Amino acid sequence: MADLRSNFVGIKSTNPFWLASAPPTDKEYNVRRAFEAGWGGVVWKTLGSEGPPVVNVNGPRYGAIFGADRRLLGLNNIELITDRPLQQNLREIKAVKNDYPDRAVVVSLMVPCEEEAWKAILPVVEETGADGIELNFGCPHGMAERGMGAAVGQVPEYIEMVTRWCKQNTRMPVIVKLTPNITNIIHPAEAAMRGGADAVSLINTINSITSVNLDAMCPEPMIDGKGTHGGYCGPAVKPIAMNMVAEIARHAETANLPISAIGGVTTWRDAAEFMALGAGNVQVCTAVMTYGFRIIEEMTAGLSAWMDEKGYYSTDEFSGKAVPNVTDWQYLNLNHVTKARIDQDACISCGRCYAACEDTSHQAITMSEDRVFDVDDSECVACNLCVNVCPVEGCITMETLEPGMMDERTNTPVSPDYGNWTQHPNNPSATAAE
Amino acid sequence: MPNSQMTPGIAPARLEDGAYEDNFSDLHPGYAPHEALVAADRCYFCHDAPCTTACPTDIDIPMFIRQIQAGMPDEAAKTILSQNILGGMCARVCPTETLCEEVCVRETAEGKPVEIGRLQRFATDSLMSHADQPFTRAESTGKKIAVIGAGPAGLSCAHRLASHGHDVDMFDGRAKAGGLNEFGIAAYKSTNDFAAREVEWLMSIGGISLTYGKRLGENLDLATLQSDYDAVFLSIGLAGVNALRADGEDKDGVRDAVDFISDLRQADDLAKLPVGRNVVVIGGGMTAVDAAVQSKLLGAENVTISYRRTRDKMGASGFEQDLAAVHGVRILENTQPKRVLGNGKCEGIELEYTTDDGSGLKGTGEIVTLPADQIFKAIGQTLGETPEGVKLEGRKIAVTDSGATSLSGVWAGGDCASGGDDLTVTAVAEGRDAAEDINKSLMG
Ligand SMILES: Cc1cc2nc3c(=O)[nH]c(=O)nc-3n(C[C@H](O)[C@H](O)[C@H](O)COP(=O)(O)OP(=O)(O)OC[C@H]3O[C@@H](n4cnc5c(N)ncnc54)[C@H](O)[C@@H]3O)c2cc1C
Ligand SMILES: Cc1cc2nc3c(=O)[nH]c(=O)nc-3n(C[C@H](O)[C@H](O)[C@H](O)COP(=O)(O)O)c2cc1C
Ligand code: SF4
Ligand code: SF4
Ligand code: SF4
Repeated sequence: MADLRSNFVGIKSTNPFWLASAPPTDKEYNVRRAFEAGWGGVVWKTLGSEGPPVVNVNGPRYGAIFGADRRLLGLNNIELITDRPLQQNLREIKAVKNDYPDRAVVVSLMVPCEEEAWKAILPVVEETGADGIELNFGCPHGMAERGMGAAVGQVPEYIEMVTRWCKQNTRMPVIVKLTPNITNIIHPAEAAMRGGADAVSLINTINSITSVNLDAMCPEPMIDGKGTHGGYCGPAVKPIAMNMVAEIARHAETANLPISAIGGVTTWRDAAEFMALGAGNVQVCTAVMTYGFRIIEEMTAGLSAWMDEKGYYSTDEFSGKAVPNVTDWQYLNLNHVTKARIDQDACISCGRCYAACEDTSHQAITMSEDRVFDVDDSECVACNLCVNVCPVEGCITMETLEPGMMDERTNTPVSPDYGNWTQHPNNPSATAAE
Repeated sequence: MPNSQMTPGIAPARLEDGAYEDNFSDLHPGYAPHEALVAADRCYFCHDAPCTTACPTDIDIPMFIRQIQAGMPDEAAKTILSQNILGGMCARVCPTETLCEEVCVRETAEGKPVEIGRLQRFATDSLMSHADQPFTRAESTGKKIAVIGAGPAGLSCAHRLASHGHDVDMFDGRAKAGGLNEFGIAAYKSTNDFAAREVEWLMSIGGISLTYGKRLGENLDLATLQSDYDAVFLSIGLAGVNALRADGEDKDGVRDAVDFISDLRQADDLAKLPVGRNVVVIGGGMTAVDAAVQSKLLGAENVTISYRRTRDKMGASGFEQDLAAVHGVRILENTQPKRVLGNGKCEGIELEYTTDDGSGLKGTGEIVTLPADQIFKAIGQTLGETPEGVKLEGRKIAVTDSGATSLSGVWAGGDCASGGDDLTVTAVAEGRDAAEDINKSLMG
C-alpha cells in the first residue's frame, strides 16, 4: 500500500498536496476546513509588512476562459497579497499550526526589498511555529508596480540578495517562489540557489488578459470602465509550468534543487506528472477555487491507487523519474521512423484527419469515394496532427517501423542505429566537426 | 406450423430464434470508455449535491464521477461500494428518474440529467471485471449473527457485519440467493446472470455462510435463532400477494405477475416459455410494467395494463410508462377488474370504468371487455410470514430508523420492514444501517 506521507526540505505533511498561497489560505476558517478535508499542507496567503494592509479593488477581481460546456480552464486575477492585518494573520497561523502539527504550514512573504523589512518580519513568523517560508517573487500585478513580487523575481540579483537575507535571519527552510514572466527560468532558479534557498516553487501566475468587453472596449475584469492585466492560472497554464519545472530539474547546476510544483494541478494525475518531472510535492489553487476543498479525496485516492498499480511505495520512488528522458531537440533520434495508422473499425469517417493533413500538412491521407480514409506512407512524415485532431481516441496511432523496414517516403530502409542532429550530414557544424 | 404472435391461447416460441436474445438484451447497455468520459464531464461537482441527498444509500455521486473523469474508474467504484455494496445492481435497476437523476441540477437546467446510473454501472463494472469486492474484514469479534433472507437487504447487512469482523449465517427459503434481484427484476435490467455473479463477488469478503431451503415459519423459528445467535436480521421481503377480488380469479391462465417473472428469470431458454396471445396485466406499479413489457418481448400480440386510477397515480414512473408504450403495451387507465370470462381457462376479462370525485374510487357501471388468454395480477405483495412476537406497523414489521424491531436482539429491513420505498436501493440502505446498529449494540 502506497504511503503518501511527504517530507519536503524537512517539512513533513500527511500527503504531497499543499494549497498554494492564495485566497484558499487567506484565513484560519479556510485553512482549518482544508485540513479537515484532508489537505497535507498550506502555504499561507502572502503576508506583507506591519502597518496598514494593502487594499484590493472593490469590483470583480477574476476573469476566466472556458472549455466546452463552460468547464473553467483558465482563471485570471488582479488580487494583491493579504488585505488583512499582519498580527491577525500571525495569530491565526499560530493557532492552526498548533492544532494540526502533522500538516505543513508555510508562510508566504512579500515585503519591500530592504534587509530591515525582512529582518523585521522573519522573527514574528518564526514565533508562530510555522514550518517554513515562501518568498513571493511572483505576483505580476499591483505589487510589482511597488517594486515587490515579480519586480524582484525578474531580476536574478535581487532574488539572490533577498534569499540570502532570509537564510541569514531565520532557521526556517526558505522556498523561493518563481515568476514565469521571464524568458529563461534557469536564471532566477540559479539565483535562488546561490542565495542559499532550500527549494524553489513555481509557477506563480502568468501576465494575461483573458477577454475584452467589445461593447465597453475594455479588458475584463472591468473596474469602472478600465481593466488591467492579471495573473493567469488553472489547467491552461499546466504545460507552461511543467516545462519550467523540467528545465530546472534537468539543468546540471539546479538538478538537486528541490521543487514544489504549482500550476494547473487539478487531479491526481497532474500531480504525478509534475513529480515525475522532478517536483517533490505540488501546490493547488485554481482547482480548489473552482470545485472546493473536497477534491483532495480524489487526488489522494487516485495517486495512491496509481502508485499501488505501479509498485511505488513512496512518492520519492517516482519523483524525478521522467527527468532523464527530457532532452534537447538535437539529441532526439532522427532514425526513429513512425507512420500514422487508421483503425478502420474505429473510424467514423468524419474526415477531420483528411482536412488537417490535406490542407495544412503533407497530403498523406487519402479519401475514397465511399469515405474510407487511409494513410499514404510515401507522404506521411508522422507529424501526429491527424492523431491530435481525430475525435475518436485510439483510432489513429503511430506505428514504429522496425529497423530494416522500408520508409516509403524517403525510399531508404530504417537504420538500426541512433542518429541525432549533431551527427547529421545536413548539419554544417556536424560536417565541420568531421 | 410453427407458432407466431397470432397463435391462439398460451403458447411458447412465438418468435424466431434470434429475437429472444435481442429482445432481452441490456436496457441501458454499459458505456464505452469514451462515452463514459463525455457523460462524466457533464457533472458540475455540486456542493452538498442534491443527487447524493436523493440517493437512499447516500453515494458521494460528484466524487465518484470526478474519479471517472480523472481516469480512475476503480476508485470511483470504491466510492460507490463503500456506501452501497450492491452498487452494480442498483446501477441497473434503480428508477434513477425518480431518485438521483430527478434532482440533478442539469435536469433542472436542461431537462437532461447527468446519467448517474450508467456512470455508476461503468465504474462498478470496471472494478468487478477484474477484482474481488474491495473491503477487508476487521479482526474477528466472535459474535454470530443470523440473517434470514438473502435478498438485497440481507446481503447488504451480511456484508457490512462481516466487514466489522462478525460471523454471519445467512438462511434463505429458496435454492438461490439474491432475492428479487435473482427472481424479480426485469430480465433486460440484469443480463448475463449478473445477480448471481454479484452475490458470489460480494461473498468473497468471507465470514458469511449461506444455507438454502431454510424458511422462517417452516424449518427455522425465531425464538431458537434468538437464543443461538447474538443478533437476528429479518430480510424476508414480501412473499405473499394480494387477491384480485374479481369473479373467476381461479381460472387457468390467471396468475401472479411475480411468479411469471420468476419463471422468466429462471428460464434456460426463453423460447420455451409460453405466453398468451392476448395478455392483460392488472396493476400500476413497476411489477405491472415489467410483466407487460416482458410478455410483449416474449411475443404476445396484444398486451394491456389495466390500472384503476389515472396514469399520474401509477407507481410506475413516467419513464417506465414510456417504456411500456414504446414496446406497444397499451395502458388503460381508470378501469378495475370485474369478472374473468371463460370456461375453466380464461378467455377474456370484464373491466369496469372508475371515477374518483374526491370521496373515493367508484365503479361507473360501464364495462369494457377484453380478450385475455392470460391475466397477470400485479396489485402488490404482502408479508408472507409474520414472525411470531414482532409488532407490525400497517402490514409490515415495525422498525426504528436504524432497523430495530419490537423484539430485543431482532432487526429487520428491506421490503418486509416499515418505512422507505420498496426498492432494491432502499433495501440495501436499510440492511447496511441495521448492520451498523447491530454492530454498535454488540460492541458497545
Ligand atoms: C417484479 C418486480 C420488479 C422490481 N423491479 C425493481 C426495479 O427495477 N428496481 C428496484 O429498485 N426495485 C424493483 N423491485 C423491488 C425490489 O426488487 C425490492 O424492493 C427488493 O428486492 C427488496 O429486497 P429485500 O431484500 O427486502 O427482499 P427480497 O428481494 O424479496 O428478498 C427476500 C429474500 O428472503 C427470502 N425469504 C422470504 N421469506 C422467507 C422466509 N420465511 N424464510 C427464509 N427466507 C425467506 C426470499 O427467498 C428472498 O431471497 C421490483 C420488485 C418486483 C416484485
Ligand atoms: C486569486 C489568486 C490570488 C493569488 N494570490 C497569491 C499570493 O498572494 N501569493 C502567491 O504567492 N501566489 C498567489 N497566487 C498564485 C497561486 O498561488 C498559484 O501560484 C497560481 O494560481 C498557479 O496555481 P493554480 O494553477 O493551481 O491556480 C494567487 C492566485 C490566485 C488565483
Ligand atoms: S463568490 Fe461570493 S464573494 Fe464572490 S462575488 Fe460571488 S457571492 Fe460575492
Ligand atoms: S479523423 Fe479519425 S474518425 Fe475522422 S476520418 Fe480520420 S481517422 Fe476516421
Ligand atoms: S446534481 Fe448532477 S451535476 Fe450536480 S453533482 Fe449531482 S450529478 Fe453532478
